[in-house]
Amino acid sequence: MQNVIVVTSGKGGVGKTTTVANLGAGLAHRGQKVVLIDTDIGLRNLDVVLGLENRIVYDLVDVVEGTCRLRQALIKDKRFDGLYLLPAAQTRDKLAVNPEQMVKLIAEMEQDFDYILIDCPAGIEQGFKNAVAGAKSAIVVTVPEVSAVRDADRIIGLLSAAGIDDAQLLVNRMRPDMVRRGDMLGLDDTLDILGIDLIGVVPEDERIIRSTNMGEPIVLMEKSLAGRAYRNIVRRIMGEKVPLMAMDDNSGFGARLKRLFGGR
Amino acid sequence: MAFGKKTSSSSVAKERLKLVLIHDRAGTSPSSNILQSLRKDIFAVISKYFDVVESDFDVEIKNASDISNRGCPRLTADVPIRSIKSIGRNRY
Repeated sequence: MQNVIVVTSGKGGVGKTTTVANLGAGLAHRGQKVVLIDTDIGLRNLDVVLGLENRIVYDLVDVVEGTCRLRQALIKDKRFDGLYLLPAAQTRDKLAVNPEQMVKLIAEMEQDFDYILIDCPAGIEQGFKNAVAGAKSAIVVTVPEVSAVRDADRIIGLLSAAGIDDAQLLVNRMRPDMVRRGDMLGLDDTLDILGIDLIGVVPEDERIIRSTNMGEPIVLMEKSLAGRAYRNIVRRIMGEKVPLMAMDDNSGFGARLKRLFGGR
Repeated sequence: MAFGKKTSSSSVAKERLKLVLIHDRAGTSPSSNILQSLRKDIFAVISKYFDVVESDFDVEIKNASDISNRGCPRLTADVPIRSIKSIGRNRY
């Protein structure tokens, strides 16, 4: 996977922003210098998910319009050495930035950073075009539901039309217990339908909601299955071969029984 | 399904997705509509042998469960034949 990666999905609410926050923090933890760009102008959220919302002075639109220098708009995350955020503007709309400006901005940033992760807005209009413009690789996030998989398929086609043919799939919020019961699309089914390579599977994990409440990425949390899944994906992005982890630790009859009797 | 065997909701989801994606992909491809071009091509071939009218054609992709339960979507072409042309006769 190349160094400028757009994280996209078509459908909203499948976990793009959470993915960007956690992969960014994970890459930084592994010693990489990383910048996260929120391209969801008007509906920014990467700042709150990362807990950096109180430190925004300038934003993406200020940078492309020349109101400020790039380095003035970048927010350095004090918890993760090497992690930076370029927030979206909240009071403008997606037309405030165009794809050419994004290409130029990313070319400028590439000199200073090992990885650039782009948080793409939902939809396939101008915001998507902006997010994809400067990207070299893509992670398509989906959840095992018909609506999200359908939208992912559309996005894969649009990415390919934009010259990104190596998009990789991240299946989010997987519930192995439901798959086993035949009530959720399994990994094989989803991959079979979409026909692209897999970068990882992130199990449903209530700790994610808690981590978002706190504004703290979950990627370093040892106990969290989702955190472990994100750590694996980080290593895959960096070119390591990491086998898929077993996800059954937290669900299924045995685990439920264990929890019932006080185990965790 | 047959013999009271319960179909899991995930396999229903998969089958529905396969079908809807065939239509989505056909509609977004550069040729804009695969079924339309396919219909024209099929007409060109069949009209060499049979007296058929293109507007009678019915070319569509159906959900497998409408026809059988083999588990994959199916391309069907329903082509009414007005009359058999003389072209095949010389062979006998």
